[in-house]
Amino acid sequence: MNLLEKLDAAAAARKALLPDGVGAFGIPIEEVYSATEARIGDRRVLLLGTNNYLGLTFAPECIRAAHEAIDKEGTGTTGSRMANGSYFGHRALEREFADFYQCSSGIVFTTGYQANLGTISGLVGPGDTVLIDGDSHASIYDGCILSGADIIRFKHNDMVDMEKRLRRLGDRVETTLIIAEGIYSMLGDQAPLAEIVKLKNTYGGTLLIDEAHSLGVLGETGQGLVEKTGLLQEVDFITGTFSKSLCSIGGYCVSNHPQLEQLRYVSHPYIFTASPSPATIASTRAALELLRKGSHLRKQLWRNCTQLYAQLKEAGYTLGPDPGPVIAAMLDTPQQALLLWQNLLEHNIYVNLILPPAAPEGRSLVRCSVNAAHTKEQIQYVGDTFAKLHSLVCG
Amino acid sequence: MTESNYDEIMMLLCDRLSSLTNSNVQITSETNLISQLSIDSIKLLNLIMEIEDTFDVSIPINALTDIQTVRELADLVHKIKSAS
Ligand SMILES: Cc1ncc(COP(=O)(O)O)c(C=O)c1O
Repeated sequence: MNLLEKLDAAAAARKALLPDGVGAFGIPIEEVYSATEARIGDRRVLLLGTNNYLGLTFAPECIRAAHEAIDKEGTGTTGSRMANGSYFGHRALEREFADFYQCSSGIVFTTGYQANLGTISGLVGPGDTVLIDGDSHASIYDGCILSGADIIRFKHNDMVDMEKRLRRLGDRVETTLIIAEGIYSMLGDQAPLAEIVKLKNTYGGTLLIDEAHSLGVLGETGQGLVEKTGLLQEVDFITGTFSKSLCSIGGYCVSNHPQLEQLRYVSHPYIFTASPSPATIASTRAALELLRKGSHLRKQLWRNCTQLYAQLKEAGYTLGPDPGPVIAAMLDTPQQALLLWQNLLEHNIYVNLILPPAAPEGRSLVRCSVNAAHTKEQIQYVGDTFAKLHSLVCG
Repeated sequence: MTESNYDEIMMLLCDRLSSLTNSNVQITSETNLISQLSIDSIKLLNLIMEIEDTFDVSIPINALTDIQTVRELADLVHKIKSAS
């Protein structure tokens, strides 16, 4: 098989899962009306497939800041910070992130994906070890592969399994980076951080937590799982993204280890890519301010999460273990998931369809992302529609 | 590590692989994991966890990039076990 034939084979495998004309992946969105509504084809749909957790995509403060930055500094930086310099906004946002996490330093990356790539490959290298949760995001896997370190996985959120693997590492823990996530994007469950910290303190190692989905969502000021659990000081490095609750693009890493600064000189995903544009940085700074004082948004978000989780459970769906902004209905077969997804769209509800191998353990998921801007009525309608479709899909 | 340990590794691998794939392919040391058994990457990763537990060793998943056949996988496990 030549290179192009291999792609044809992959396309055929995808087509076997999804019949022609079903554009479940990368669905065309024609117009966006608000944080909760858009047009798909000729339908006005409710958006439950975005990561807009605080509902800030149209926050006037962020839009104004982005406009002003474009007017003052132009549309792009046209190069990397190493070569072309760091704008005031890049440096300010890094200080603001460090301050937010009460850390001595912070680094901004161009995407959250690159934040993981850059941090992991900057911290570990060949001969070192990464011990990661088996359900880690692709950016974590790719960062580990880029680093050349030995990659050991533990079973998702299974602390007995993690301990076994830590113990086997013996003296190698000294050069081991342990990685977990605040909220896992597939089932919406949280890492057992207290137990992870306990194991780290018993065996050794350096701990990195990716707060991509928990930033703005967990903790009084929205720091994430580190704040909810009161374990901020026990975690060595925190990464996260601007692309979810902060509604722009970019990523960060913060730490109290002064060595973090060295990543600027060794980490290719930081060095060899253009820095975030002025408008991106400006809207992110405005959004971070809203996030920090957004406990009313978190309250509204959690009201919506709890309501939808309860409604789907009541309707008989099998869900992830923790209620939260990511609520995934687990279906037995890809066909059931597809049927549910299509029927929801016919009821003007857009959610995410996740089929094997993307979902853990060969499961098929219909995943909702709840946000603070959804109204009680919208959530009620989504819950009612799921309930109405249960017997059609699972019956 | 002795010959019999190597045989033990090989037997365990063949046994686990045949139950993972449910295929009619007769599994031998030369069987290709991907082209003949169509083992997908997730099944392979989970198999590695099982082998780690059975032999109490750490097998980095990045070491799998060079592995194609059952024999190569057995050699890798044997090498790691012998060094531990
Ligand atoms: C856990 C996790 N980490 C990192 C990322 C990457 O973030 P970004 O979209 O900013 O590249 C994502 C987003 O998909 C994620 O879910």
